[in-house]
Amino acid sequence: MATELGPTPVKPASGTPEVHHGPKGVGEDNRILSQGKWASWLLAPTIVALGVVIVYPIISAIVMSFQKDAGLDPVTGLFTAGGPAGIQNYVNWLGQQCAAPGGGTVACPPGTLGGQFWTATGTTFLFTVITVAFETVLGFWMAMIMARTFKGRGLVRAAVLVPWAIPTAVTAQLWLFMFDFNGIINKLFNASILWTGSEWPAKWAVIIADTWKTTPFMALLILAGLQMIPAEVYEASKVDGASAWQRFRLITLPLVKPALMVAILFRTLDALRMFDLPYILTGGANNTTTLSILVINQIRQGFNSAAALSTITFLIIFLVAFIFVRFLGANVVEQSGATGKGKK
Amino acid sequence: MKTPRFLLPAATAGVLAISLTACGGGGGGGTTGGGSDAEANLDSRGPITYVQGKDNSNVVRPLIEKWNAAHPDEKVTFKEQTDQADQQHDDLVQNFQAKNADYDVASVDVVWTAEFAAKGWLQPLKDKMAVETEGMLEPTIEAGSYKGTLYAAPVSSDGGILYYRKDLVPEAPKTWAEMMEMCSIAKQNNIGCYSGQFKQYEGLTVNASEAINSAGGSVLNDEGKPNLNTPEAEEGLNNLVEAFKNGNIPAEAITYQEEESRRAFQEGKLLFLRNWPYVYNLATTEGSSQVKDVLGMAALPGKDGPGASSLGGHSAAISVYSDHKATALDFVKFLVEEEQQKFFATQGSLAPVLGALYEDQELVSKLPYLPVLKTSIENAVPRPVTPFYPAVTQAIQENAYAALKGEKPAKDALADMQKSIESAGAGS
Repeated sequence: MATELGPTPVKPASGTPEVHHGPKGVGEDNRILSQGKWASWLLAPTIVALGVVIVYPIISAIVMSFQKDAGLDPVTGLFTAGGPAGIQNYVNWLGQQCAAPGGGTVACPPGTLGGQFWTATGTTFLFTVITVAFETVLGFWMAMIMARTFKGRGLVRAAVLVPWAIPTAVTAQLWLFMFDFNGIINKLFNASILWTGSEWPAKWAVIIADTWKTTPFMALLILAGLQMIPAEVYEASKVDGASAWQRFRLITLPLVKPALMVAILFRTLDALRMFDLPYILTGGANNTTTLSILVINQIRQGFNSAAALSTITFLIIFLVAFIFVRFLGANVVEQSGATGKGKK
Repeated sequence: MKTPRFLLPAATAGVLAISLTACGGGGGGGTTGGGSDAEANLDSRGPITYVQGKDNSNVVRPLIEKWNAAHPDEKVTFKEQTDQADQQHDDLVQNFQAKNADYDVASVDVVWTAEFAAKGWLQPLKDKMAVETEGMLEPTIEAGSYKGTLYAAPVSSDGGILYYRKDLVPEAPKTWAEMMEMCSIAKQNNIGCYSGQFKQYEGLTVNASEAINSAGGSVLNDEGKPNLNTPEAEEGLNNLVEAFKNGNIPAEAITYQEEESRRAFQEGKLLFLRNWPYVYNLATTEGSSQVKDVLGMAALPGKDGPGASSLGGHSAAISVYSDHKATALDFVKFLVEEEQQKFFATQGSLAPVLGALYEDQELVSKLPYLPVLKTSIENAVPRPVTPFYPAVTQAIQENAYAALKGEKPAKDALADMQKSIESAGAGS
């Protein structure tokens, strides 16, 4: 309401000196127009830059995804352009169909990338759900500790950040050494687990390494949320005789929720495009191939189906983000409404 | 009134983006204009660029300086790529696709040759552009050829070597069966018997192809079609599967790449190791090495004689988009001359492609593994020469890995490999 009222009182004020000019407000309109024109030209370089770096690659990928991959001319032994494919590339990925020797398609045999689409999707979501769950719980815990005042807090905060600051490829190499058969982890637990050589250990290796690396990120975002909560609220509740658990459940949790949801959204989107860790730890073996690994592997075999696959991946991540934001937005509104009512 | 003015710049941006799409579109199309490009600029001379992965042991720069001193009007500039093979491959693909005239001569891994040649990016080295291959080891020439035409001149080679413990095994095994018998010695000494590289990655393709080729099978037949449903191929892969099953290959070898297997051997945990020549230097000089004085080397064991190693190495290829192909050709010839080959071997420990150098006393005293390596390379089989190499190696890795882990019998794994490779070739 206030914003709508704003311009109305201003108008007569700015209009008064121009009363003797013929039709009222023409100069003003012109000024706004020329300002708008000026602004649009100032914005143009940015729009062009965005077009080149965002719109162009997306359009290009989508155009490519409707083309067939280059095929081999049996006589010359040279590649020839594949021509238009319609939605065949998409059908192939979703139905796990591969080209058959005599023409047409067959179900992809093991050893083709096409046969890995649904398992890769499943693996990607599995990693996402488990790592984000771990990171949220551990990150929350770390944030609660860091939010307190104690000696050496600065040091702890800096130390917590270290795993996040290391490049993922280096982290992965580090964990690869630790998960080595003769590595520190097997030595420490006196075990002989083939971490990167069998399915579940390999998956856990990826999950552990990812949790180790990104929990600090989660902790920092949650810490920011925790610091927004005024100390008086806690003091008041203490006076009212609330227990520590009640303070956490009824004050900390609801008030930190917006920051928490944003942190979870960021991490979820991040985890859905996980690449470096499994790529270096296992090379995608033992069912640790994520969608991103699949895309990269496919690029080397054929750009156009890779374009289709990356478009599918993009849509999947977009869908998750969309559901999240809708869910998150609705929830936040509901929450503030509920607390407002409660107070009244 | 307002909207059109606001839209104008946006529309400009849109049109620009779409026009960009038009020129970049079909980037993967691989339309082969090779025919006309391959005829152009054959006699033209001038400065050129040589593209290669990271020059770790400083061999390329001195050679280029030497060339530049002798050819002041046809100077070579060195474009250094990263040391990651995949990134080198992708960099070459991007520049060839863009028809970049600045990538005149490129160092090409043996497994990329067929792909690049089939895309029409490499100048066929025949007629006017021929390079003398007399004296080169036959498998290196094969690895640089596609459909019977040489596309890349072999510059360096590489082959597998069987390292063994001289203190425990008096004489190196000649055949796989002999080696498996000697595994009882390993058991008595409480160490693992044999290992290669069995993690699911390129190294597994190398090891699985070696097993198949050594048993008399082959991954692809002469027409480039998969040929895996054969008893020989089955026997080869089964050798590895059985060894895993009965413990002759320790279970942890399923996680080994080159370095892990080298460390296990150096720590005295293995009797036999299949690896590349680079291990020699480290195993004999590293302080922690337990095998310094007892390191033996032999050709890989085969069915009834030396086995068939997979071939590594790099070749020099001329881009069809080069503006100065006469200079490029001279530079390629310069790289394969005996003098330069010797420098590659002494300075960079790169195995030469000229057979005669393997008997050169000076070289052999410096690199004692050369005689063994020569046998290895002479018996080597290039990894499948096919433009679909990425798909073929994927098919081999995934299925061989499943077989080694005992998830499916070797026969089924080979049948799946066969189907996957057929499907890759059937593309479009």
